[in-house]
Amino acid sequence: MGEFKLGRMTLKSLFSKPATKLYPFEEPTYYQETKGHIVIDVDKCRYCGVCANLCPTNAIEVDRKAYTWTIDRFRCIQCRNCVHVCTESALIMANEYAEPSTEHVREVFEISPEEREKREAAAAEKAAKAAKLKEEALAKKKAKAKEE
Amino acid sequence: MGQRTVIPFGPQHPVLPEPVHLDLVLEDERVVDAIPQIGFIHRGLEKLVEKRDYQRYVYVAERICGICSFGHSFGYSRAIEALMNIEVPERAQHLRIIWHELSRMHSHMLWLGLAADAFGFESLFMHTWRLRERILEIFERTAGGRVILSVCTPGGVFSDIENTELRAICDILATMRVEYDQICATFFEDSSVRSRLVGVGVLSQETAREFGTVGPFARASGLAIDGRMTDTDAYSKLVAFEPILSNDGDCYARCWCRAQEVRQSIDIINEMVDKIPQGEVRAEVKGNPAEGAEAFARMEQPRGEAFYYVKGNGTKYLERFRVRTPTAANIPGMVAAIRGCDLADVPNIILTIDPCISCTER
Repeated sequence: MGEFKLGRMTLKSLFSKPATKLYPFEEPTYYQETKGHIVIDVDKCRYCGVCANLCPTNAIEVDRKAYTWTIDRFRCIQCRNCVHVCTESALIMANEYAEPSTEHVREVFEISPEEREKREAAAAEKAAKAAKLKEEALAKKKAKAKEE
Repeated sequence: MGQRTVIPFGPQHPVLPEPVHLDLVLEDERVVDAIPQIGFIHRGLEKLVEKRDYQRYVYVAERICGICSFGHSFGYSRAIEALMNIEVPERAQHLRIIWHELSRMHSHMLWLGLAADAFGFESLFMHTWRLRERILEIFERTAGGRVILSVCTPGGVFSDIENTELRAICDILATMRVEYDQICATFFEDSSVRSRLVGVGVLSQETAREFGTVGPFARASGLAIDGRMTDTDAYSKLVAFEPILSNDGDCYARCWCRAQEVRQSIDIINEMVDKIPQGEVRAEVKGNPAEGAEAFARMEQPRGEAFYYVKGNGTKYLERFRVRTPTAANIPGMVAAIRGCDLADVPNIILTIDPCISCTER
């Protein structure tokens, strides 16, 4: 006779803790590798746009001039591709899932004012240097043409 | 001869969520013919190779199926590796097989649960799925996702699993095996299960061969077809690999084959963990596939052999990508198994081929 084969296991289950978690009353377990949501350290970002170009769902937008990094959480599939391609390690995959939302909003991350000032100053310096070099090259060219 | 009646089955049916439609031709309660129809869930994923570059397409490939998602990303990556002559590091090969065998275990346990639910054994269904949850936890611990792992890529895998973690996985599987054996005892010995499965939907070895069936469906009819037997990847490093075979060809044999394959997968994972070498897990993939270059890869997915074909056109986008999934090969065999059965056994027979219509239509 082969009845009640599962009896012992079922009885055990009757007196043990539920196998499932009573979310949201109990905290979910996150592991070190759990793919929750993408977090950016905007001050580390170079705004190169590689993450946006290689995103399989085009969830990311990068504006180099305005120093903004935008993500559409509804489009993100947590593939971690942007994390793999980021050369500055500015992107990390946080373990907690993104907050649920009923509205389709894009999250915009802006650079901090201090960092913006620093970068703008560096950019201005670089532009000035380039202009100076260009001027010098032009002057040299002119002088050479005069000699000839 | 009684009057013939045609009864529609599916595409929405309580026993299986897969959208397959069958026109069942009945004579009284006996099914004399079944006409299958698919085409309710086509998503055009193959066409997307023209829009996603070959490295990014792996994220689409793994969405072909929600159950063997790792298997599809693995198969696609292998096809690309064959196309571009990429040598995958040994450690990555071993890790891929560990994940692939884990996904076979979770697929079979999911199926065993669904089968139990189909023949009305609710508590067996719950216990099987409770056990399957541990595999999903292993996935989350190692790859970060429970179903879609996004860990396999052309050239290797994105993340490594530390050796201590691999040992911990073996320990989890060892404890799981004890409980799994109790569940299997119910599947194989309980008289209510046997009465629903033994002698139902018999497919002979000749018919199975004739219709080109694959996977556990073919192996339950005694056909020794298993892609892992001839695999050149890390599977070839296994000391011995014998496919699980049964000669009965009925629903019970299909159930038995899948249940035994879970045990076999545990053994394969243990052996892979013992043999895994140290080293890199990802080879660099540079350049684009050459124009007109073609390649294919064969994989033993949980449901049977899958075939992946890729063709390059000199750009970062592929010219063509094609998948032949195991269910596509098994549908003619399923129709043959249904012929002659009782109407009440149809859901059981359909379920025992483990159909994945989403894969088949892509």
